[in-house]
Amino acid sequence: MATFEPVLTKGVGQLDLTDVAAYRKNGGFVALEKALKDMTPESIIAEVTASNLRGRGGAGFPTGKKWGFLPKDGRPRYLVCNCDEAEPGTFKDHMLLEQTPLQLIEGLILSAYAINAAHIVVYIRGEFLEGYRIFMRALSAAREAGYVGDNLLGSGYSADILVHRGAGAYICGEETAMLESIEGKRGEPRLKPPFPANAGLFGMPTVVNNVETLCCIPHILTRGAAWFASIGPPKSPGPKIISVSGQVQKPGNYEIPMGLPAGELLQDYAGGLLPGRTLKAIQPGGGSSAAIFAEDLHTGIDYDSLAAKQTMLGSGGFVVMDDTTCMVRASMTLVRFFEYESCGQCTPCREGGQWVHRILRRLEAGEGSDADLLVLNTINDTLTGTNLCPLGDSIMPFLLSVLRRFPQEFAEHVTLAGCPFDPARRMVAA
Amino acid sequence: MAEHGDAQAALIPFLQYCQEQDGYVTQQAVSDAAALTGITDGEVESIVSFYSLLFQHPVGKHIIHACRTLSCMLGGADRLHEHIRRRLGVRNGETSADGEFTYQEVECLAACDKAPCLQHNLQFHYNVTPEEFDRLLETWRAQPAGAALPAE
Repeated sequence: MATFEPVLTKGVGQLDLTDVAAYRKNGGFVALEKALKDMTPESIIAEVTASNLRGRGGAGFPTGKKWGFLPKDGRPRYLVCNCDEAEPGTFKDHMLLEQTPLQLIEGLILSAYAINAAHIVVYIRGEFLEGYRIFMRALSAAREAGYVGDNLLGSGYSADILVHRGAGAYICGEETAMLESIEGKRGEPRLKPPFPANAGLFGMPTVVNNVETLCCIPHILTRGAAWFASIGPPKSPGPKIISVSGQVQKPGNYEIPMGLPAGELLQDYAGGLLPGRTLKAIQPGGGSSAAIFAEDLHTGIDYDSLAAKQTMLGSGGFVVMDDTTCMVRASMTLVRFFEYESCGQCTPCREGGQWVHRILRRLEAGEGSDADLLVLNTINDTLTGTNLCPLGDSIMPFLLSVLRRFPQEFAEHVTLAGCPFDPARRMVAA
Repeated sequence: MAEHGDAQAALIPFLQYCQEQDGYVTQQAVSDAAALTGITDGEVESIVSFYSLLFQHPVGKHIIHACRTLSCMLGGADRLHEHIRRRLGVRNGETSADGEFTYQEVECLAACDKAPCLQHNLQFHYNVTPEEFDRLLETWRAQPAGAALPAE
């Protein structure tokens, strides 16, 4: 059974961590007090770099390195917090925002101090109205207690936090689309380079960090880089929150040590499959990730182990599908997501997503043909790797992985002229 | 935000505020926003159309966003959505004949462990069965009118 001592979720569900006193009792603000008194920005960056913390938003880029890219040219710098969580199957930032907003605030102030950011902007997904309200209350309390605002804890350092509420668009979770959105524009990803480190928000040097990444910072500074780096694989260490959903006994957020085998997460944390079912596929890293299968359950949940399986840790959205689930229908649902959320700038993403969705709908409705299967098997060459941002490249990985694994299931939709999982029903969306 | 950049950074908060007052982004709000930020009406409309929580047309005072993405699908969202459409007499994206309820099937709401989930005026409801939906519908009908999507 699970024995890992939670770090990021310590006290969640037991204490009201939106309260300053309770958060302090839980170990909160120790890092901030220590850092503002005893640490230089450079030493914080060195500590975070040594911890090997990698960004928890999905890309897994080393956080210390990202901070180090900022040019030393005297222009004002921005720290932007990405709280626009919308990756299918992922609900960890939503939980952190609502349950431990002060941990996020502490991580924000520490990070802003480290990179000497003049301004902090938190981009909260528009749908997270309750989370926004909780965060605003926590922000007021932190300001009153002297952890946010001018001359923090008498250090001479000042930092305030502005909150921008999203208005509904998955693509704004892509960092340059997020910057466009904060600037009051359509959330369309920018051509890179220049990268945000050089030309980010309002053209200024900017770092965009994910909620969970920022929540790791206080713990790295309190307990040390060596402690953090010792949890899990050295190149991919730390505690990690995995959002488990789908056909399991106990869906939920579970904080695990990086590198935990997928099978242990499924069995020991999430209670295993529903009675009488067998495992068919797991999407281990959100809607953009390729599936893993029963023989992959020994695979460690970390950036490098999953990459070796041609998939990714991504956002940590772990969606479990058993033998009752139709892979055409699962793929159709995900492709429809990307079709709907495409910003439309790049033709392969905009048109390709619609095309693949129409094919999968036809197959599920019993109107598919062998020609449709041929297109599914070949369209990847022109659809993937031809877009400005990763959204377009996220349309195909899950579909391709299950198409390769279950080709007969896709072919049956043609030969049976319908879905073998539900012959009475012709799948037609509203 | 505008104090940190240019005036356009105030655009989305301004539109959110207007929508809270009027229920949707009216033509007047578009013109006011254009004047405020120094861009054209057309550019404002292009921005409004980009975001799913900004409405270009009147909507009901109850807005139901029902998640349809993978985890909710696995949790029975299709059956729930059919039930909701039948109960409200609408197709996806429509407003009920009495003008009260606007129904929209949406993408992942980040509450996948409590599937299927939906939002009513951005308030979450979890593990919603058709029976639970009927019960919720009664409580919503009894509620006084307020801003459908509070901007704060």
